[in-house]
Amino acid sequence: MNMLIYLIPIALFMGAMGLMAFLWSLRSGQYDDLQGAAWRVLSDDDIDPPKP
Amino acid sequence: MSCCGVNADDVLALEAGRVSAEEILLASHSLGEGLRQLDLSVPDVHCGDCIMTIEKALVALPFVQTARVNLTSRRVSCVYREETSSGATDPSGIIEAIQAVGYRANLLAQADTQSEKTKNQLLLAVGVSGFAAANIMLLSVSVWSGADAATRDMFHWISALIAAPALVYAGRFFFRSAWSALKRGRTNMDVPISLAVSLSYGVSLWETAHHGEHAWFDATVSLLFFLLIGRTLDHIMREKARSAINGLARLAPRGALLVAPDGSRRYVAVDELRVGDVIAVAAGERIPIDGIVVAGESDLDTSIVTGESRPVSVFAGTEASSGAMNLTGALVIRATRLARNSLLAEIIALMEAAEGGRARYRRIADRAASLYSPAVHSLALATFLAWGIFGGDWKQALLVAVAVLIITCPCALGLAVPVVQVVAAGELFRRGVMVKDGSALERLAEIDCVAFDKTGTLTLGSPRLVRAETDVEPSLAIARALAVHSRHPLSRALAGAHNPAALLFDRVSETAGGGLQGAIGADLYKLGSARFACGQAIAVPGGDNALTEVMLSKNGRGVARFLFDDTLRPGAEDAVKSLQSSGFHTVMVSGDQQCVVDDTARALGLPQALGALTPKQKVEEIARLSAAGHRVLMVGDGINDAPALAAAHVSIAPSTASDVGRQAADFVFFNDRLDVVPQAVMIARRSARLIRQNFALAIGYNVLAVPIAMAGLATPLIASIAMSTSSLIVVANALRLARGNRPVARPSAATAPANFGVQTA
Repeated sequence: MNMLIYLIPIALFMGAMGLMAFLWSLRSGQYDDLQGAAWRVLSDDDIDPPKP
Repeated sequence: MSCCGVNADDVLALEAGRVSAEEILLASHSLGEGLRQLDLSVPDVHCGDCIMTIEKALVALPFVQTARVNLTSRRVSCVYREETSSGATDPSGIIEAIQAVGYRANLLAQADTQSEKTKNQLLLAVGVSGFAAANIMLLSVSVWSGADAATRDMFHWISALIAAPALVYAGRFFFRSAWSALKRGRTNMDVPISLAVSLSYGVSLWETAHHGEHAWFDATVSLLFFLLIGRTLDHIMREKARSAINGLARLAPRGALLVAPDGSRRYVAVDELRVGDVIAVAAGERIPIDGIVVAGESDLDTSIVTGESRPVSVFAGTEASSGAMNLTGALVIRATRLARNSLLAEIIALMEAAEGGRARYRRIADRAASLYSPAVHSLALATFLAWGIFGGDWKQALLVAVAVLIITCPCALGLAVPVVQVVAAGELFRRGVMVKDGSALERLAEIDCVAFDKTGTLTLGSPRLVRAETDVEPSLAIARALAVHSRHPLSRALAGAHNPAALLFDRVSETAGGGLQGAIGADLYKLGSARFACGQAIAVPGGDNALTEVMLSKNGRGVARFLFDDTLRPGAEDAVKSLQSSGFHTVMVSGDQQCVVDDTARALGLPQALGALTPKQKVEEIARLSAAGHRVLMVGDGINDAPALAAAHVSIAPSTASDVGRQAADFVFFNDRLDVVPQAVMIARRSARLIRQNFALAIGYNVLAVPIAMAGLATPLIASIAMSTSSLIVVANALRLARGNRPVARPSAATAPANFGVQTA
């Protein structure tokens, strides 16, 4: 049962990483426009990057 | 057409609604370093091509830094530089660029940040409770598979540590709502939820501290997780509708051109106007304030204010009410009432007075909760007492009672309503109907009577040429060529989509309240009312004729006569027929003249048509129907319909409705066709049936599970299996609503180009 000392923190850590990733994606606006994102992935040409 | 006094293209371009650079500056906000951000609502975007078209058009502007379309909320956010090397920029170019590629663009009244914040908080809570539920479940599975003694205790302690912050963070929505309900002496679904969650956590903690065998941490947190999903879906549904509807808000006149006694003019805010102030209103603008015309002649389109479909001609001495559109000539108006006492303010007061029935409506979930929670709580109490008295072990009694509470916690009930309503709202959205909130769907399912407004609802409020009586063939072409110079609705209908470039007039002038005149060589053509065109009223007096009449004269002699009526909204006939065949009582309540109303009622086969109603009389009619035991659905659009929309059991407005009408309505349809109304009723009824089925499923599950729990046989394993299966069954049942009834035609997609065909013609 000694391996639990490593395994539980590892499991919790991986879960926490998932949570962090979710929080980051939420804060950075990844869910703001789900419909738009579905269309954008299909478009061939990119809009020009910001002009100098 | 340089020889003409009026350039047709310029006149038509006015229609797009120009927004001044000052207004844009007010609506945008600074990002620092000379950059400003402007958020616009573009209600017509619907696919990937729209995104690309608009973004390309905007990025092509020299002063635009970035532009990004949000398809979900139908907005564009555009960052632009305040100054370029060639001087200060004119941000109105942004709106013009969007309009040039064929989309409407409106300034956003104000960003609704509060709702956006709530959505993010809910999503965060879903994330946190999901994380906690997954990890605790992992530990619980180890306990169920046989971990014992010290290992089990350690797992329980870790679970308790994970559950505590999740409970506080994710559970606060339920605790707050339950507390506010209890404070007002009422009970809602959140009361049993909060009680079960906090009691189960407390008991589990106590068990853990005493090396107990069963802890319910997994049940506690996964319950929160499921319920938060339901709540988040519900919130997103409402927010989507709200942002789409707010995006349509046209700019109410915020300012007016004040004419000082010395003749100088300056632009002031509407609120600063006082009684007796004199203002100038150009053709194509809305009247900002109630007043009396002092100078000028024009025609006013009051369809949105009174429901009258024909333009009213005004001259010095007549009254002009706020909200009416000034069509043909410039007017000078003396204000007779302050903006806050204006007609619109009166309508809003009427609306507030009328809003009784809807506030009293209790959501079906709350009604269920008011029966459910006393039953559940008394069952738990009875279990506790029975085990305590007959078993003698009060600690064991408490554990069993908590197990009863957890098993009966309305997890499936909490999902039963929102999931069905979200699926129904999605189904309606695909047909171009926005649902403002879930209770509207419940109320729509209960109606048995439909009241329609006429102008703008059953009809489109735009005239249609029905008959041209002429003895000489080219008259029609001449009339069309003349009509293209005017923005009067009748002229617009006459000109239609025809290209009038073939005929050139030497001079064209428009007489407000009369008509147009144009000269070709020595011949003088006049187009307008019979009195204007022929010098006297020769034809049938048009007063109580249902058709509107326009005459064309050549050198004072009438050569052609055109008759117009109001265009019926597509699908209006089908809508009325299908509602009648399903047994609904249908009635028309209109502010228009009785003869016009009767005519429309005949065309649609409506048995009862009431005309010339004031806003107050409309409310009284709705109240009379309600008193007779009917539950009324009101379909209307105008400012004058708003109180009736608020008074009715439930209401629908088209997206072209007045702002106040749209705010008052529960549903807004973005489609030109009226037959979405019976479809919406049908979907609402089907969702009500599914909600009842879901309740039956959830209660059936409780009937099976409660005896097990009361017998003291429920373990955390049984509880979590039972809870998850009941939730899954309820969700699967709700998804049946969307199955197998896709709409045939894509709604709203075709409307954007159609609206703009006029401008490019």
